[in-house]
Amino acid sequence: MGKFSKSGGREMPELNTASMPDLVFAILFFFMVTTTMRSETLMVKLKLPQASEVQKLEKKSLVTYINLGPAMDAKYGTGTQMQLNDKFAQVEDIQDYIAQEKASLNEADQQLMTVSIKADEETRMRYISDVKQALRKAYALKISYSARKAEN
Amino acid sequence: MARKKRKVPALNASSMADISFLLLTFFLLVSSMDTDSGLARRLPPPPQHEDQIETVKVQERNLLVVLVNASDETMVRSQIGTEWYQSEVELLGRGNKASLKDKVKEFVLNTSNNPLLPELMEEDFGSPIGTVPVTGDHVVSLQNDATTSYKTYIAVQNELVRAYNELRQDGAKKYFGVDYDKLTTDQQEQINKLYPQRISEAEPKNFMGGGK
Repeated sequence: MGKFSKSGGREMPELNTASMPDLVFAILFFFMVTTTMRSETLMVKLKLPQASEVQKLEKKSLVTYINLGPAMDAKYGTGTQMQLNDKFAQVEDIQDYIAQEKASLNEADQQLMTVSIKADEETRMRYISDVKQALRKAYALKISYSARKAEN
Repeated sequence: MARKKRKVPALNASSMADISFLLLTFFLLVSSMDTDSGLARRLPPPPQHEDQIETVKVQERNLLVVLVNASDETMVRSQIGTEWYQSEVELLGRGNKASLKDKVKEFVLNTSNNPLLPELMEEDFGSPIGTVPVTGDHVVSLQNDATTSYKTYIAVQNELVRAYNELRQDGAKKYFGVDYDKLTTDQQEQINKLYPQRISEAEPKNFMGGGK
């Protein structure tokens, strides 16, 4: 038949893949930007305690973080500070913060919201207890004590 | 010079896509690698009225009190006795004392039907577990001082969770013949019902007058 023979004048047109890297780079940049957007800059020193029975927090979008620890910047002293989002806050601010975070989720997910308490291992329990009481009042009952995985 | 137009050699960019894909997958992996892990807990709902104090009455024998004091020592008290743990090493049972984990397991299981340990009650858990006696009303009450360090608190919490996890693992082996991780969600639920995590985190107290 000669249909596939190269003798004919018609040649299989080559697929132009020159724009492929551009497309992939676009996706790449999207991921690069979004990943840095989510992680807030830490303003407190965190050395998480170790635990062996930790569970992974599954849905990242449902997790709200509360950071507790001494401030990185020496001008705030060495006492325990609390960081919510990108600023220092007081325990009284937790309720507003939780309400705000809850409102940003859709209704079905609000029940599943988890608060991850990331506290420095030298933190005194009185701060943790205050935070816990505030969370109870804000009806954020699912909590997780953030810890590093360790074998012991 | 204008003899013939020189063709610019085409740059071979076919590997460009591969390189960028490699970068893309790298970032995809890295972005999800930073998942948080921790010990999950459920807090009790807030009291409905200001004057409502916790009036949940628990029988003495059903209660295992774990106290962590300001100098990070741990005391475990139940009806059968009291144990002091001076350090984390002792907590893990590396000293010459029974570890906290074993204490909790003994307390939750009450295999010998000791009248000083929690009450055993027959309960049906569905096949293949069937009706077995369990200590359905036991409570592990964890209390801490205001100046207890978070590190010790988490270490104690971890030991409590470990006790329950080992019980569940043993239960899975006994009733299903496989590891707990290998069970289906329904089966895990069954085992969880058999050994429910009943840890109560009470409000802190000033046991030694320290703190504010």
